[in-house]
Amino acid sequence: MLDRREFVQRLLVDRGDLLVVPGLGSATYDVAAAGDHPLNFYLWGAMGGTAMIALGLALARPDRRVVAIPGDGDMLMGLGSLATIGVKQPKNLVVVVLDNARYGETGMQPSHTDAGVDFERVALACRFRQACTVTRIEEVAESRKSLHTGEGPILINAKIKPEDVPRVLPLRDGHAIKQRFIAALNVA
Amino acid sequence: MATSWPDAICAHFRRVGIRQVGYVPDAGHSRLIALCQKDPQIIDVVLTTEEEGVGLVAGAALGGQHAALLMQSSGVGNCVNMFSLLRNCGFPCIVLVTMRGEFGEFNPWQVPMGAITEEVLRLCGFLTYRVESADAVDEIVGAGCDMAFTGNLAVAILLSQRLIGPKQWTR
Repeated sequence: MLDRREFVQRLLVDRGDLLVVPGLGSATYDVAAAGDHPLNFYLWGAMGGTAMIALGLALARPDRRVVAIPGDGDMLMGLGSLATIGVKQPKNLVVVVLDNARYGETGMQPSHTDAGVDFERVALACRFRQACTVTRIEEVAESRKSLHTGEGPILINAKIKPEDVPRVLPLRDGHAIKQRFIAALNVA
Repeated sequence: MATSWPDAICAHFRRVGIRQVGYVPDAGHSRLIALCQKDPQIIDVVLTTEEEGVGLVAGAALGGQHAALLMQSSGVGNCVNMFSLLRNCGFPCIVLVTMRGEFGEFNPWQVPMGAITEEVLRLCGFLTYRVESADAVDEIVGAGCDMAFTGNLAVAILLSQRLIGPKQWTR
């Protein structure tokens, strides 16, 4: 299983003009720990909405690569959005689920994936073009390549260790996060 | 032939440059949905639940596009926590709500949500406007779209069941 910080850091290294939407909780902290960036739309709430925000963005900007990074609890809450993405078939969208099979923010209670619910198979059933499960850090280069050049929609289920890591807290003001993102996207 | 009220709404969508429209299939919105589907300027996104549409609107705005949501009054209840995204970040949003559970409703199960829809929207930070007749649609939807996109506001237009007509219930 993966070290979440190492995986996200290596996934986003030399990220170029990638647009990144991390989900609330640890996913947002992991993306912040990999290096603050104006093209991160950090979420601190809106649980279940991460993949849909990324879809709206991917449809609006088909010229750019978009990655949603929800945790497993967030993805489970918005499971229907995988079906919605499957209908629209955005070629520029990748969903990377950080799956520790736990609700990390609320005390590490087991999630549905702990009981065997499998995002890779759900995504394929929802007409994602590609889906895979990553368990070894050696696979991160392939995941990174998918982010930048793979034909979407793609889902990567990253099996991370259920461990507590120090919080890295980015911007929290929603207006500031939005305005910074829009300003950076308009110049880039 | 006089244009129908859904045509008037779609004309405002075109005028203000709406590029994404999210919806769950709905009888009251059926003509507007069909108009959006065949409009080359509009990407129509069919949702599994209205809540998804709130995320869609936010993402569209981040990418520089205006978006609208079409839903039934019952769908408003499905969105409540996700609406915090609009308020926290100041995303513009125009929602067209077809009302159920009021004038001529045959199904009592629609009444509890229909009765609180406008109040829920206001509590969630929306400006709300009700439309009771077809001839008022153009003016109210036009004003609502302008307010949403010039002021980064969340605006909901409630299309009354009297305007839409009660759901036809045969047998």
